Amino acid sequence: MSLLLNHIYYSYGEDTTLRVDALKDINLKIEDGEFIGLIGHTGSGKSTLVQHLNGLLKATKGDLLVDGRDIYEKDYPLKELRSKVGLVFQYPEHQLFEATVFADVCFGPKNLGLPQKEVELRAYQALKQVGLEDEFFYQSPFELSGGQKRRVAIAGVLAMRPQVLILDEPTAGLDPKGRDEILGQVKKLHDESNITIILVSHSMEDVANYVGRIVVMDHGSILYDDTPKKVFTHYQELEKVGLAAPQVTYIMHKLQDEGFPVRTDATTIGEAADEILRVIQ
Amino acid sequence: MLRDITLGQYYQTDSVIHRLDPRVKLTATLCYIISLFVVKNIWGYLLAALFLAGVIKLSNVPFKFMVKGMRAIVFLLLLTVVFNLFLTPGDPLISIWKITITKQGFQTASMMAVRLVFLIIGSSVMTLTTTPNNLTDGMESMMNPLKKLKVPVHEVAMMMSIALRFIPILMEETDKIMKAQIARGADFESGNIIKKVKSLVPLLVPLFISAFRRANDLAMAMEARCYQGGEHRTKMKPLVYKRRDRISYAVIAGYLAICIVVGRIL
Repeated sequence: MSLLLNHIYYSYGEDTTLRVDALKDINLKIEDGEFIGLIGHTGSGKSTLVQHLNGLLKATKGDLLVDGRDIYEKDYPLKELRSKVGLVFQYPEHQLFEATVFADVCFGPKNLGLPQKEVELRAYQALKQVGLEDEFFYQSPFELSGGQKRRVAIAGVLAMRPQVLILDEPTAGLDPKGRDEILGQVKKLHDESNITIILVSHSMEDVANYVGRIVVMDHGSILYDDTPKKVFTHYQELEKVGLAAPQVTYIMHKLQDEGFPVRTDATTIGEAADEILRVIQ
Repeated sequence: MLRDITLGQYYQTDSVIHRLDPRVKLTATLCYIISLFVVKNIWGYLLAALFLAGVIKLSNVPFKFMVKGMRAIVFLLLLTVVFNLFLTPGDPLISIWKITITKQGFQTASMMAVRLVFLIIGSSVMTLTTTPNNLTDGMESMMNPLKKLKVPVHEVAMMMSIALRFIPILMEETDKIMKAQIARGADFESGNIIKKVKSLVPLLVPLFISAFRRANDLAMAMEARCYQGGEHRTKMKPLVYKRRDRISYAVIAGYLAICIVVGRIL
């Protein structure tokens, strides 16, 4: 399904003295099967933006079209939209509430009104997709480790079989191993089932290896919207808005400054290594 | 979703009323409430209305914020009016079928309604213009004499300010969890009462857990900084009366005196 954001504005606390304009004139087109990284500094409006995509927040101004239909129409089925656009919030493990892991993951599909058998099948598959072992299924979610809890919470959204999956800072507070595991599973999910994935993060390093398109936000507006290679050519501007390009970008620029004829558009360590080898040989 | 509750909320802006010492505002609110119960005639209420209007004007808080707080007590207000209107014995004014409205009933009902409305607006002026921290500071210093009776004044004030400080945090948390569960297809609005109560479980369980986690973290952080209540504690911003506070005391005393004279004797 395609999402089209047309001149979206949003302000918090509209008629108080503390009014904050969180989104200013956002135009965005998201196509089927894309893997997008949404990057921005804390407070740049990333989380606010993604909450518009499943209708949790209603834009103060502007329209949002899903498959060509305006979701701000009066009789638009928002519940259906929310099952199609799955949103995993920041620290999603804080929303777990059931007595067992399996029951918690069943919550989403059950709300869709599916038959019990289908609910359980989906829950089982979702838990497998996030790589959780069978032995944890009937434990209390509160007894698991942080990384496991987070995977359960992500499975809770996956079990609804969304066509668009949005992950808001899915790696916050995880160690490097947990981070790589989760991002690897997300990547696998994208490759296997071809759903649209939007990965919200403040770290370029996290997303550079995975996404095909990067949207950079700053102060509620979109600064860049392009492929990672093109976005990272603006690495000096990115620094000005409190972000940074991946470390390899800096290394390649440094090497070029020192007189090595390397290309500077490598985004992953692998690409950088190949490029350096090519030049040296 | 939960942002509509204004009763007991602070409205950030700058005004004379905002800058007043919290002790003055507490005393003034108390005096105002007393004045509402002292006056007995229309002139007294007119005076109370004028005073309130003046304070609201000075406070720079939009009037609609105070009215928003009224929503919470609409039911109570209606109940009071209805009971007083129909159940007060006296000279009949209108009589339809078995229901009689008496002159006295009409008087008490309108008086009660006006009192309640003024009471709520009057106290919301205080909470809208005073930060929770200031408020508890004021209460602590006003309750100081109770220390002689071994009442743990500081601890009580500390607990109050922590509780108040956690209200917005928990509201935000509720909002967040609610959104997360709505994103998983939860429905908090439709269905009968049993279904609605049941639908709160996915909200309340995570909320309680997070409240306990936060309380635990805060206690740990306080311990780590060697917090010890009561004795020998000094304040970064001690409360000191300024000229405007003294003037305000005089104004409020004058208002109360005039209220007694006008409302009782005239």
